[in-house]
Amino acid sequence: MALRLFRRSTEEQQADEQRIHDSLEKTRGGMFGRLGNIFQANEITEQTWDELEETLIMGDVGIETTEVLVARVQQRVSKEGIKRPADAQAVLKQEMLAMLGGSDAMEIDEPRLLTVVLVVGVNGSGKTTSIAKLAKLYKDHGRKVVLAAADTFRAAAVHQLQIWGERVGVDVIAQGQGADPGAVVFDAIRACQETRKADLLIIDTAGRLHTKFNLMKELEKVRNVASRQVHKAPHETFLILDASTGQNALSQARHFKEAVKVTGVILTKLDGTAKGGIVFAIAQELGVPVRFVGTGERMTDIAPFDPKIFVDSLFA
Amino acid sequence: MFETLTDKLQRVFDGLASRGRLSEADVDVAMREVRLALLEADVNYKVVKDFVARVKERAIGAEVMKSLTPAQQVVKIVNEELIEVLGEPAKLDLSGPTPHVIMMVGLQGSGKTTTSAKLALTLRKSNQRPLLVAADTYRPAAIHQLEVLGKSLDIPVHSEGDKVPPPVICANAVKRARESAYTVVILDTAGRLQVNEEMMAELDEIKARTKPQEILLVADSMTGQQAVNVAQTFNDRLGVTGLILTKVDGDARGGAAISMREVTGVPIKYLGVGEKTDALEVFHPDRMASRILGMGDMLSLIERAQSTMDQEKSMSAAKRMMKGEFDLDDFMQQMQQVRKMGPLSQIMDMIPGFRGVTKDLSPDVTDTQMRRIEAIISSMTLDERRHPENMNASRKRRVARGSGTEVQDINELLSQFKQIKRMMKQMSDTGGKRRGKFPGFPGLMG
Repeated sequence: MALRLFRRSTEEQQADEQRIHDSLEKTRGGMFGRLGNIFQANEITEQTWDELEETLIMGDVGIETTEVLVARVQQRVSKEGIKRPADAQAVLKQEMLAMLGGSDAMEIDEPRLLTVVLVVGVNGSGKTTSIAKLAKLYKDHGRKVVLAAADTFRAAAVHQLQIWGERVGVDVIAQGQGADPGAVVFDAIRACQETRKADLLIIDTAGRLHTKFNLMKELEKVRNVASRQVHKAPHETFLILDASTGQNALSQARHFKEAVKVTGVILTKLDGTAKGGIVFAIAQELGVPVRFVGTGERMTDIAPFDPKIFVDSLFA
Repeated sequence: MFETLTDKLQRVFDGLASRGRLSEADVDVAMREVRLALLEADVNYKVVKDFVARVKERAIGAEVMKSLTPAQQVVKIVNEELIEVLGEPAKLDLSGPTPHVIMMVGLQGSGKTTTSAKLALTLRKSNQRPLLVAADTYRPAAIHQLEVLGKSLDIPVHSEGDKVPPPVICANAVKRARESAYTVVILDTAGRLQVNEEMMAELDEIKARTKPQEILLVADSMTGQQAVNVAQTFNDRLGVTGLILTKVDGDARGGAAISMREVTGVPIKYLGVGEKTDALEVFHPDRMASRILGMGDMLSLIERAQSTMDQEKSMSAAKRMMKGEFDLDDFMQQMQQVRKMGPLSQIMDMIPGFRGVTKDLSPDVTDTQMRRIEAIISSMTLDERRHPENMNASRKRRVARGSGTEVQDINELLSQFKQIKRMMKQMSDTGGKRRGKFPGFPGLMG
């Protein structure tokens, strides 16, 4: 059995819990806020289900997933003869949790000589910032982290990553704007293995709409470069998803999964009124779990995703 | 996968057809489909509710219930109402004394900086002298990004580093513009959450010090239900004068456009498509309506085709498609052209009635599959391409040998092609009878 390198302490877990709780504060005030209220009534009526459906849809859960979820809860409520709204709420929570799936161990935490993490997403989802936060998190846990600036397309993206690298205190391997992203990754892996003696390489890629055929091909190439150099790399491929994204997030996840085998989602900007309800659909339909949530603008505003905390927060 | 609203409604009404006149309950069933279609497109729940109520009222008001083609009537009403909500495309207000100040606001990652550069270029093309202002002092390298973009477009960028407060930078920039005879000042402000009080207060101050003529909210077309909150908060606070939807070149249905228009009443002024700095498009409500309904976007398809293919060819191809005169030779030629534009499924999605259909035809038409199809068609004679129905067993065996495939591959291709043709025929039949489904299209057909 592999020894986990990165285990959260109890205090850290509590801090995470608080962070997610805090960031969802506004969410609760907003649309998901009614999830808890719905079940305050004295009995379960037709209105309860209508309100539940409405609340879930308003939380970007999506019509299809909402219908599945409501149907499952309704079925159990009638089968188990549940009369109290509070019990129905408990069933709902269980079903939501079941949909999100368990939080099993991540590849990024497994010990190996060099772990390669590829980070992908559409434009403006928050890749570079999330990478900085990840780098900080893992650096603070004793990993030797190097970042690869493979977003060579967007003006100043390399510079942006370099500034973050300085703030976090990790090396950034870059070749400048317009360079071939595959070449940057090649160099970065070499550097990790030879001169920098790093054990965690995080690759920043250019934002791209998942519908851009050629750009998705380029991403596959970047992935291939990594897998040729390091056994089983990239060990982890994170899709960055803006929590305010609607149903299109599902299409994003589907396309990126096909192209580069996404292993997990990092949900960003969860500090707005956005709730990222679409992650239920993504977990349900594509089986891609959420791994981290970005909860604010500070470098430390990232937390491992805990389905239970997430679901609980939606009801609190 | 996605069925178009027309198909769904057709099915609903088909089930009722025998009964003759429609009842109010029948209309309710149809309204449910309308509601689902809009929710799938990310139109806000509450906005959908009001919208459906309006559509229902009109539907019951005789038009639909008496109609022989109720499904199409409902789609027509929905389409008209959508276009109504989306409103007329509006121009920037650049009247009065120069310099005109344009303030760009929005959430993080919505595309303000790129859009600012695009807007500057668009304005320069209409003989303005734009000055870009780097007022995002928070995001690392945001200033650098605008400077790089400005340099590549040869448009000056006013920046004072990241130590000076943004309102001061903006005020200085306006002063500089006045002195140096710039006619338009574009303020690229930092992205912020609408719930961040401190950051919103900064926008108040920028507004107070620069007196912008236009405050443009830049919003991601992929935004979900909360588009309403974002638009409302920015508008209540600042008095937004226009919306710019970005990343419209993705496959998001863009229901957020409806939500934001409905709650603010502010016009949509531009669409951002593509990462190149020349890609700011004027907004067409009719096209956006088709897109939200998942009815494809024929005009955008043709435009896109024009940019990559030669115009005459693409026009004649579109015409042939609409007439249902489409043979395997056209199919291959199109495929070769189309491969330059991206995956077939994506292109087909833009054709009305085709959205998502390609997934059923052949899941995931990948590059290799397309190459195989090309090989098959190349191994056919010109006559066989024109009349694929003449393909008998012996011909199929020959073609399979020639293309290095199996006879069942040939069969598969032929049956797929038959389906495509059938659908194209259906499409052109309905399209021909009903003007207004593809607004502006009749001109093309002539």
